[in-house]
Amino acid sequence: MKRQSVAYLVAILIVGITVVPLVFVILGGFRTTEQINADPAGLPGPWVWDNYREILTSPEFWTFLGNSLLIAVVATTLAVALGSMAAFALSRYSFRGREGWYTLFTLGLLFPLGVATLPLYLLLRQLDMLENPLGVALPEAAFSLPVTIVILRPFMRAIPAEIEDAAVLDGATRVGFFWRILLPLSMPALTTVAVLAFVTSWNAYLLPLLVFNDSGNFTLPLGVATFQSQYSQDTARVLAFTALSMIPALGFFMLAERRIVGGLTGSVKG
Amino acid sequence: MSSDLRRKLELILFLGPALVLFIGFVLVPMVLAVYYSLYNWTGFTSLDDFAGFKNYLDALTGSVFQNAVWHNVVIAVLSLVVQLPLSIALALLLNRRLRGRAFLRVIVFAPYVLSEAITAVIWLLILQPGGFADQVLRAAGMGGLVRQWLADPDLVLFTLFVVITWKYIGFGIILLLAGLQGIPAELKEAAALDGATSWQTTRHVILPLLGPTVRIWIFLSVIGSLQLFDLVWIMTLGGPANASTTMATYLIDHGFKRYEFGFGSAVAVLLFIICFTFALLYQRFALRRDTEGAVSR
Repeated sequence: MKRQSVAYLVAILIVGITVVPLVFVILGGFRTTEQINADPAGLPGPWVWDNYREILTSPEFWTFLGNSLLIAVVATTLAVALGSMAAFALSRYSFRGREGWYTLFTLGLLFPLGVATLPLYLLLRQLDMLENPLGVALPEAAFSLPVTIVILRPFMRAIPAEIEDAAVLDGATRVGFFWRILLPLSMPALTTVAVLAFVTSWNAYLLPLLVFNDSGNFTLPLGVATFQSQYSQDTARVLAFTALSMIPALGFFMLAERRIVGGLTGSVKG
Repeated sequence: MSSDLRRKLELILFLGPALVLFIGFVLVPMVLAVYYSLYNWTGFTSLDDFAGFKNYLDALTGSVFQNAVWHNVVIAVLSLVVQLPLSIALALLLNRRLRGRAFLRVIVFAPYVLSEAITAVIWLLILQPGGFADQVLRAAGMGGLVRQWLADPDLVLFTLFVVITWKYIGFGIILLLAGLQGIPAELKEAAALDGATSWQTTRHVILPLLGPTVRIWIFLSVIGSLQLFDLVWIMTLGGPANASTTMATYLIDHGFKRYEFGFGSAVAVLLFIICFTFALLYQRFALRRDTEGAVSR
């Protein structure tokens, strides 16, 4: 019984440490900078709605949000589409050099984006893809391919050959089998890799930082960091902006919690 | 014959696009990084000032790079000795029958889904001189502890580590909870029948079986520590006076702020070599046990 109450005490402590910074940000957005400077840990009094109202009615926040969404959707679609096709070839065709190609993709798991950034930047400059959402989405999709393929290949492999034989007997081509049978059967794994690719792209900072100079192209992480340095004197405004930019990630997490957790714990077991 | 050709076409159709994307945006840049690293180059002029291994020598003998490596190592080691025991303890705790356990898990995991950029901004605001953190400390009667959290060269790395822990501890807990769930209840019951105390069961049954999960966590944590960038770049830019530079901030600083693309590339290649060597050694000496176990089972 005593042990159990210690457990609850620790649990409450963890929740506090996790949540207090988030609550500080959200409540801070409802104060004025003067209130915050006078009493950083205080509660809003009176509640101020202007910070949130101004940000929600200015185009800036929505532009960043839209850019992030566009890039994440394109990167995710590409990673899942191309990744599932490649995983299909690597799991259900036998051909010379198959394991070699697979190893090449798995090696990508070890390549930090940071290492490739300088040449990537020059490449994108040469391709005239700076200030272009595709300049971020394409590399992000490419860097998501390894984990996508590593998760999908064993999954597709495990689907019994009998199902494929039956499909062929019913007159399906390999392409038809992939499209009409394998993809629907792979739905759980596909959702997992899609969620992972989406979150990775959504949270990316370095690549957008290098590719975008024009704030009209900024993504949310880049926008938040820039907004912070731009308005560093106006703490309340920055807090409100940060609070609003947390919402999509936290909301998405609530919806996709199982997939995110399952994907991460599943993917690390390779 | 035509069916063979058809098969080949299918293969190209399925594998080709992914390969093009992967080679174009991942492999080619990696190889180019090696190439650029051998030149003195600003990224704008023509690539003709061959430097050989000079960039590498300059980096390896320079105190800033050495410090950067040291900072990455400190973060990695701190993670192992602070975050790991903490995650295990909290995972064991959250694995108990507690009311609101599901809610607790979601909450603990929440910071992990925020981008490092947003996390960095949140903590910049909290750690402002005279800000929230300082006021809370004073209110708790620990005003003597108040410091220049991000401006004190002796302290900045530890401040960053606290923020990193806040963001990533939930990931460790969730990973370990998944591992705990994989341990059959019969084993715990058998140990209890043999008269083992709950501590003995934890120590001799549960922790050893958690081994594979712990080894995966260590791998991810060390690789993550070696590649640390976003958080540091936004919170301190590697400062003050390089007291929080990491290999990644050092390479971006030289590549994009000073236009030393050759030198920056050399740092990038060194970062890659360090990560790769660690991964290989770890695979060979630590993870191998897990795969061997899986095979013999």
